[in-house]
Amino acid sequence: MQRAKIKPAELAMRLLLLVCALTAIAFVLLITAYLIAAGLPAIREVGLASFLLGRTWDSTNASNPQFGILPLVLTSVYGAAGAIVLGVPVGFFTALFLAKAAPRPLAAAIRPVVGLLAGIPSVVYGLVGMCVLVPALRSWLDLPAGDGLLASIIVLAVMILPSVISLSEAALASVPREYEEASLALGATEAETWLRVSAPAAKSGIAAAVVLGVGRAVGESMAILMVAGNVPNMPGLLRSVRFLTTGIAIEMNYAAPGSLQRKALFSIGLVLFLFILLINILLHLAVRRGREA
Amino acid sequence: MAERTILAARDLDFYYGEVQALRHISINIPAARVTAFIGPSGCGKSTFLRTINRMNDLIPAARAAGSLTFRGQEIYAPDVDVTDLRRRVGMVFQKPNPFPMSVYDNVAYGPRTHGIRDRRRLDLIVEESLRAAAIWDEVKDRLKKSAMSLSGGQQQRLCIARALAVEPEVLLMDEATSALDTISAARIEDLTLELRERFTIVMVTHNMQQAARISDKTAFFLAGELIEFGNTERIFSMPRDKRTEDYITGRFG
Repeated sequence: MQRAKIKPAELAMRLLLLVCALTAIAFVLLITAYLIAAGLPAIREVGLASFLLGRTWDSTNASNPQFGILPLVLTSVYGAAGAIVLGVPVGFFTALFLAKAAPRPLAAAIRPVVGLLAGIPSVVYGLVGMCVLVPALRSWLDLPAGDGLLASIIVLAVMILPSVISLSEAALASVPREYEEASLALGATEAETWLRVSAPAAKSGIAAAVVLGVGRAVGESMAILMVAGNVPNMPGLLRSVRFLTTGIAIEMNYAAPGSLQRKALFSIGLVLFLFILLINILLHLAVRRGREA
Repeated sequence: MAERTILAARDLDFYYGEVQALRHISINIPAARVTAFIGPSGCGKSTFLRTINRMNDLIPAARAAGSLTFRGQEIYAPDVDVTDLRRRVGMVFQKPNPFPMSVYDNVAYGPRTHGIRDRRRLDLIVEESLRAAAIWDEVKDRLKKSAMSLSGGQQQRLCIARALAVEPEVLLMDEATSALDTISAARIEDLTLELRERFTIVMVTHNMQQAARISDKTAFFLAGELIEFGNTERIFSMPRDKRTEDYITGRFG
């Protein structure tokens, strides 16, 4: 078959699209290369083991600076895990409600509100967390200070809700009606049907929602900067903690150019980048498995 | 053997919102027989089938009026336990719809729903149900495999096994062979004849030969009304109503 001749205007358009697509890829490659180049020197200087497994981060100590990021890594991991433990059940049941149980007008009213939750800038979450949540935790739990890992987890849990809800709802809504009818016809109640047939049938979509939630929680910085307390302690629920993201944000503006401190911050960036890369790979696998099943 | 009525309708009306789908249906469906509902698309036969296990409840604004009884109990009485009704009145759908889980879990789903947890008892129920649905030999070595890996005909027999596993008294079959190839459909027909010994079977079919081959009783529906009901042989040889005759001889529909 002879290929249709492409008009010059059409060709220009295609080229423009191609250039735009390549731009996105170029930025990813650029950032990757830059992070590796900028992040490796400090790791080489400190030593990989004492960088990743060192329990003390004391970058500004003039006589004996310490660059162990284990407290930061664990805080990010615990923070994301806690946000998942709190946020996913709430998000999943909200999605179940919207997709199956809610009367249509009510679901139609709730959906845009969930969308709005996704659109609130993270600094506003931080502000509300700082001014409402932190004082509330302080008085309820009778603490000297209310900021720390627990406050961060709660803020993160709320922040991951919109993506967990909308992805889970889409997955639940696409479960074939026939499965649910078969279950009801066997004498199962609607609630049993949703939990035992609809949810398992939607599990790959729900898994994708969870992974995306982890990604958001690990990558978030501004909101938790305002509620975490920011002392690089080994994580404890009621302790002041510092995340990987906030670890960079706090020190960058006073780290002297060329100093080991500044180079170590880039190394943290590299570690964070690898985390997100891993999460994206998991997300990709979850979605692909869902498509095959 | 004398016929006992298991399902009886008296002046049953059924509405989808403003639309009346069934008009004054009165019928006695005998136990331990195969009863076939025939008629052109939209005549109300599937609607009537789905009133029997109240699957129509799922459609908003659907409502029934008049009397429909199962062993003398009003199906649409306010105190009826719909889940218990649906356990006793099983259903097989037009399109095979096994759950996306293993063969075993598909069959065990119903018994588990109704509280059976004991592994050995479940094993027994699964085997018996699969045998009764004439699919045991084909799946006995792949009980842990996904039901989705079975052929369409096997999936439909698995769905029958799944329905049998909760020991229903009536089995409703809603065009259960229309999505299958002729060989698979013939196997389901043979199976239906075997199951007649133990269950009351009510089936909707578009296939006139199928109704003639396997049903004891045939009911002809048209525009929401029951036109004629009687022994299958008699309906197909000497229909009393002109409209029935026109339909079965293929003059309309």
